[in-house]
Amino acid sequence: MTSWFTGFLPYGWAWFIATIIDILVIALPLMLAVAMIIYADRKIWAAMALRRGPNVVGPFGLMQSFADGLKVFLQETIIPSSANKVLFLLAPIITFTVALIVWAVVPFQAGVALSNINVGLLYVLAASSLGVYGVILAGWSSNSKYPFYSAIRAAAQMVSYEVSIGFVLISVVMWSGTFNLGGIVEGQKGYYGFLNGHGFNPLLFPMWVVFLISSMAETQRAPFDLAEAESELVAGYQTEYSSMAFALFWLGEYAKVILMCTLNATLFWGGYLPPIDWAPLYMVPGILWLFAKILFFFFVFSWVRATVPRYRYDQLMRLGWKIFLPLSLFFVFLVSGFLMWTRVGVPA
Amino acid sequence: MSVAQIIRSYTLWEFLKAHWLTLQYFFKPKATINYPYEKNPVSPRFRGEHALRRYANGEERCIACKLCEAVCPALAITIEAEPREDGSRRTTRYDIDMTKCIYCGLCQEACPVDAIVEGPNFEFSTETREELIYQKDKLLANGDRWERVIAANLAADAPYR
Repeated sequence: MTSWFTGFLPYGWAWFIATIIDILVIALPLMLAVAMIIYADRKIWAAMALRRGPNVVGPFGLMQSFADGLKVFLQETIIPSSANKVLFLLAPIITFTVALIVWAVVPFQAGVALSNINVGLLYVLAASSLGVYGVILAGWSSNSKYPFYSAIRAAAQMVSYEVSIGFVLISVVMWSGTFNLGGIVEGQKGYYGFLNGHGFNPLLFPMWVVFLISSMAETQRAPFDLAEAESELVAGYQTEYSSMAFALFWLGEYAKVILMCTLNATLFWGGYLPPIDWAPLYMVPGILWLFAKILFFFFVFSWVRATVPRYRYDQLMRLGWKIFLPLSLFFVFLVSGFLMWTRVGVPA
Repeated sequence: MSVAQIIRSYTLWEFLKAHWLTLQYFFKPKATINYPYEKNPVSPRFRGEHALRRYANGEERCIACKLCEAVCPALAITIEAEPREDGSRRTTRYDIDMTKCIYCGLCQEACPVDAIVEGPNFEFSTETREELIYQKDKLLANGDRWERVIAANLAADAPYR
């Protein structure tokens, strides 16, 4: 697109405008997807509890999220008088921005990503780690006790699970030999000659399970929603938030959930590749495969949320540090040992 | 932990079982009804919104005996009475404060002439508090509106009283 704009603009401006358009092409459908996925989440959860879920606004209640958005948009943003105003308003912006920027490196199709950087996975790790700042700042700047407890919990939780996520990603990177997300996807082609996806690899499948559970913990969803824990902490770090500030947390949280579903699909189940390595399946555009996989993983996320009760805090920490960390370390050892044994002398 | 336990916990066996159960529930028919469009049946003894009934000739039943006012545990009923021009004893004021009422049904049990009854209507929410302080005309209007249902309910319940 840059080349089209260079026809009548200097290169700098052409690049700038083209990039802005690219960002909008990703961000706007993403926001729409978030709205629909919130609706889907509520519907799935309701169905598993034998309820109906939203079914009044629009056909089948499809417009529910937009109605909620409009309501929230028309409300007043209440800032507690004892809050640190700058940080209080900055926190939801950080959460929302961080949830969006990670999408820059996600490959939607072969070679189609906003920025195809060679350390894409490191960027994902770094950017999603920043998400904890939104939560901590929100909890601290509210100057209220429950948000503060929640912020402490969330910080410890996200840090603990990022450790095991890190090791899981290391084993994937070792197997693929690249940090580039597109490269990782391409490296998943042709398991046993007909399957696409690291998930079919018996050495990496347990790592996927660890990653799936850790990504639920990372996005603060039930059964790991200790930071929100409405039965103990009101609404956690969001307690003092209202109106658009609250909506930004809300959107950011779900954008992050979709992102984690995308990472599950991209890193372990072949991303934009069809699940079976069979030529006619490649006729379907890759983005549809990716989309189907994201939806499937989102269903799994909702399913887990509807099924499993919330963990106790010590159980959460025990799972993170005493089970996932040793397990993922062991698999890093196992994967690297296997690779050393089978691919000696092959440069990655 | 025994070996079997370790295997069970590391294969997430119990989680998988739980998820299989919820997946079955996912496809089950819903337990909730589609409320404003579907409603649950209501018992003839249901104690909902109050109504003052009339006789078939249009004469109001209430004779201002004030038994309901006396029995009301929430002190929600206020009655004032005077003889009418024809000499019969009638209420000039019959107020029920619906915000005080606890819907115990003692007023309709106390009534000797089946004048004050609690009807089947439970959808009478209002936007202001004042609207919930019912006057005599409102109660009589309720009686006219719900008479057929109330009469049928009383008839259905009569054998058990």
